[in-house]
Amino acid sequence: MDFVCNFPFFSILLTLFSGTICSMLPRRAAKWVNTGVILAAGGMSLALLIWMLSGGECFVYRMGHFPAPWGNEIRAGILEAAMALFFCLIMLLSMWGGRKKLDEEVEESKHNLYYVLVNLLLSSLLALVYTNDLFTAYVFVEINTIAACGLIMIRQIGRTLAAAVRYMIMSLVGSGLLLIGLCMLYDLTGHLLMSNIREQVEVIMAEGTYAIPLVITVALMVVGLAIKSALFPFHAWLPDAYGYSTISSAAILSSLASKGYIFLLIKIIYRVIGFTVFNNTHIINVLFVFGLMAMVFGSLSAIKESGIRRMIAFSSVAQVGYIYMGIGLGTKVGMVASVYHIFAHAAGKALLFIAVIGLTDVSGFSRRFIDQTGAGFRNKIAGIGFTVGSLSMVGVPVFAGFVSKILFAQAAVNNSRKLLPTMIVLAVSTILNAIYFMKTVIRIYTPAPDCGFEGVALRKEKLYALSILLFIALNIALGMSSQPVVDAISTGLDMFG
Amino acid sequence: MGVNLQANMLEAVSMILFGIGFGNLLLQKNLIKKIIGLNIMDSAVYLFLAEKGYIRGRVAPIVVDGVQSVSAYINPIPSGLVLTGIVVSVSVSALMLSLTIRLYRRYHTLDLDQISMMMKREE
Repeated sequence: MDFVCNFPFFSILLTLFSGTICSMLPRRAAKWVNTGVILAAGGMSLALLIWMLSGGECFVYRMGHFPAPWGNEIRAGILEAAMALFFCLIMLLSMWGGRKKLDEEVEESKHNLYYVLVNLLLSSLLALVYTNDLFTAYVFVEINTIAACGLIMIRQIGRTLAAAVRYMIMSLVGSGLLLIGLCMLYDLTGHLLMSNIREQVEVIMAEGTYAIPLVITVALMVVGLAIKSALFPFHAWLPDAYGYSTISSAAILSSLASKGYIFLLIKIIYRVIGFTVFNNTHIINVLFVFGLMAMVFGSLSAIKESGIRRMIAFSSVAQVGYIYMGIGLGTKVGMVASVYHIFAHAAGKALLFIAVIGLTDVSGFSRRFIDQTGAGFRNKIAGIGFTVGSLSMVGVPVFAGFVSKILFAQAAVNNSRKLLPTMIVLAVSTILNAIYFMKTVIRIYTPAPDCGFEGVALRKEKLYALSILLFIALNIALGMSSQPVVDAISTGLDMFG
Repeated sequence: MGVNLQANMLEAVSMILFGIGFGNLLLQKNLIKKIIGLNIMDSAVYLFLAEKGYIRGRVAPIVVDGVQSVSAYINPIPSGLVLTGIVVSVSVSALMLSLTIRLYRRYHTLDLDQISMMMKREE
């Protein structure tokens, strides 16, 4: 086994322990440790990805001394490595973009704790991506929840406290359902490792003895993860949590924390239950319908919203709907589109959140639309960033969002029963997206000479500008050279099977 | 039906408890009652796991008197899972309780709806 195979384990362990260390270090040192650790984990994922792409096989890494049916395992393939690299990248850029705001909004004594939480969140995301054991996945799901709750409430105002409580309650409902689903699956199959469960599931399906309990188990796990990733009817906690927490938290939560659960769901579908078994249940149709509803109602709520940050938060509801719709199509092309949209949405939404804070800061810290008039001229880089993010979310060519919409449309063509609803809702949702995003873009580029707000010079906010530029580059890179990414996702999904 | 229920008594009980806890966590307005619901729900899962791991007439897998045959012992993995789960649920409850204290200090009520109303009035 090559040395590079140790990297998934190293990156999880490094992020986990650096979290503990950060709590004891002085503030500046904690900041550097945090940046260093994210860079190191990203670098290791990059090395792993390069090794995989240059002919490496997907591998299973044994944790501890016990072999397969008893011990714990890590598994890595192209998709896992790519996902881990991408999570680290977005995490790093979001931290850079929100650093100034963090200094302003969070008490100085709490900064160390913030870095602890970020490292723990990254560690749990990496573990969710790499683990091959369902119960380990559950434990890290809970760590993810706790860290995310901390990220919301680190800025201590009434709104964030209440948002954190709501988030916790919905998350606990979700993880309760996931846990009971896991336990029942363990009861049915007698295993906790994904590959072993899958063998037993095939036996169960062939014999047909426990078919109904199996479907219920799968339904419990899917609903649990859907609640945790804020699928449409379960999104009540989301607007306040994303709208009032400090901006790095909002960017990280919207683009990473919920995506970790979706990735776990995709892993469960492929590696635990099996794609064909899952497609034969009706759960997939339920996911499809709720995905479609999320696409429309999320966008409608965003149009009605009067605050700019809550609008972007509601847009997340719609985008999560896209991902579930792709899963619900029940074809491999649909799944590729969903995974691609995880990337595209993470890059676009984090950029929007980071950009919007630059706009509101030059508008007297107001979130109302009316005050944003001309903000694009007062903070140029934030204005450009917001425009790029909006265009990507609407689905204009050159940017990442366009490719994912094309992929969804292509995937729908393969499924004749779901073709028509998908196309109609895709079109409606695109128009609705365009309405609220373009409305905002026009608003920030309407000149307002006598608004009384001061502009900000670019050279005063170098780190912020750098993070926005890198985000823009990422969006364009994903949009322009989508084929290698799509090929990698496709091979990665084949490796799952 | 009756025979099945008798054989799976504890599973049925744990599912009923799970439902009670789940309902309380979702529907109660009082935050403390919500947390109690959470704990009932988690305990129901642990009861289910413990019941699944237990085999009548066998003992915990600790070797005494040199008996090493597998058929003498129960499956230890569910017990391990229960322990892990308890750790998780304790930390989650602690976090929820601390959040509740903070909210109570600020708004002097435990009712989540009232808190939302007060928040709207603040703005």
